[in-house]
Amino acid sequence: MRVAVLDMGLGNLLSIRRGIERAGQGTAAGLDTGPGSGARAGVEVIVAQRDRDADGADAVVIPGVGAFRDGARALLERFGGTVERIRSGEIPALGVCLGMQLLFTRSFEGGEYPGLGIIRGDVVRLPPTVKVPHMGWNSVRVLRRCALTRGVQDGEHFYFVHSYYCRPEEESVTVAETEYGVPIPAMVAKGTVFGTQFHPEKSGEAGRAVIRNFLEAAVR
Amino acid sequence: MTLTKRIIPCLDVDRGRVVKGIRFVNLRDAGDPVEQALEYERQGADEIVFLDITASSDNRETVIDMVRKTAYELSIPFTVGGGVRSYADVRRVLMAGADKVSLNTAAVQNPRLITEGAEIFGSQCIVVAIDAKRISEGKWEVYTHGGRRATGMDAVAWAVKAEEMGAGEILLTSMDFDGSKDGYDLDLTRRVSESVNIPVIASGGAGNPSHIYEALTAGKADAALAASIFHYAEYTVGDVKRYLMERGVPVRAVQSSQQEEKGQPA
Repeated sequence: MRVAVLDMGLGNLLSIRRGIERAGQGTAAGLDTGPGSGARAGVEVIVAQRDRDADGADAVVIPGVGAFRDGARALLERFGGTVERIRSGEIPALGVCLGMQLLFTRSFEGGEYPGLGIIRGDVVRLPPTVKVPHMGWNSVRVLRRCALTRGVQDGEHFYFVHSYYCRPEEESVTVAETEYGVPIPAMVAKGTVFGTQFHPEKSGEAGRAVIRNFLEAAVR
Repeated sequence: MTLTKRIIPCLDVDRGRVVKGIRFVNLRDAGDPVEQALEYERQGADEIVFLDITASSDNRETVIDMVRKTAYELSIPFTVGGGVRSYADVRRVLMAGADKVSLNTAAVQNPRLITEGAEIFGSQCIVVAIDAKRISEGKWEVYTHGGRRATGMDAVAWAVKAEEMGAGEILLTSMDFDGSKDGYDLDLTRRVSESVNIPVIASGGAGNPSHIYEALTAGKADAALAASIFHYAEYTVGDVKRYLMERGVPVRAVQSSQQEEKGQPA
């Protein structure tokens, strides 16, 4: 399968690209390219610079680096067509960290800026009662079993780095949460659109399993 | 659900080679920073810090090459410090795949560098490293140039300023305790940790797991950095984490790779 990582020009995408490649090297049924397929790895990752680079992709990853305003602008300027295909459910998407926040209606990071509005809700600053950024390994509680949370254990740790967090209007989109001063959606799912507030590509084996879950959901 | 305390092994790198590597471990090439980092990842390290101690400045490409290779292999975050002097250096290191850069002398000389880096890459990428030396009871002075030059600046005040300028984290080394293996400077660590609203990594003095326990409890540090106790295989990262877990300090559980393989969903 082909996965397009949307390059919003905000930072290095090597880690996320490698994270997807490593997850794709699993032997899980949906990704197994099978003997004789000629492919050593089941997943080909394309770093897309513009819409047409993502045309042939089976899934899209919106990476997690940079500021909300710049990310939202770059997404709409460079990937307007891809965003519409994500919105319509034509192509599955995983937003990582900032990439997950961009799926929401608006953010208050450095002002007030509109996001993609695929998931209704706001992105707001962490409370002043905790050290910001929320940085390090925190555990999650699974609220709903879905393609993304399959096999994820309650109490499993993932690597978080963020100063803002998502507040979805519909509670049901939060499929796993963590806590840092307030309950924080750690994973969201709405149809074929998924998000992780943590960095799965920096979360060792636990993160690899979550990326693999997404890839399997995308090929299904 | 609690944010866990992080255990961070530090690797000193000279001209692209690890100076004090893990001994008694079956690595193909014990001088290879990537292999060392991967071994620490397997042991359960939460992050890795690489400290480039190369004296000459004409080895930037060697460092960048190491960063690129590490980013390719490692699936936990890593920080690169030492010799990061300018915005161009910050950019090169981060664009090569490091998660964070640590600024020490350069941040003192030009605090705007903290702000520039944070504005472009985000605060979480900018660690300010402070080398502090005790001058009297409750007073510590900031040193630069690898601890050779006194600045006259108060360490606690500098940590507060660094946060204001946009630092996402403080890496705090006690020069008095560094290398002593007598434990961290708990007063210094606590003072800084209580004065800023960003995470503080305690560094300098770890000789055994109880020192790390003290830094994370009495010292109120968010993370503990250690070098020699891991390098000489006196303790593995797993040993330290088990010790902390038994005493109620929240840490990320360590799994052996075999367990993880079995635990994978089919």
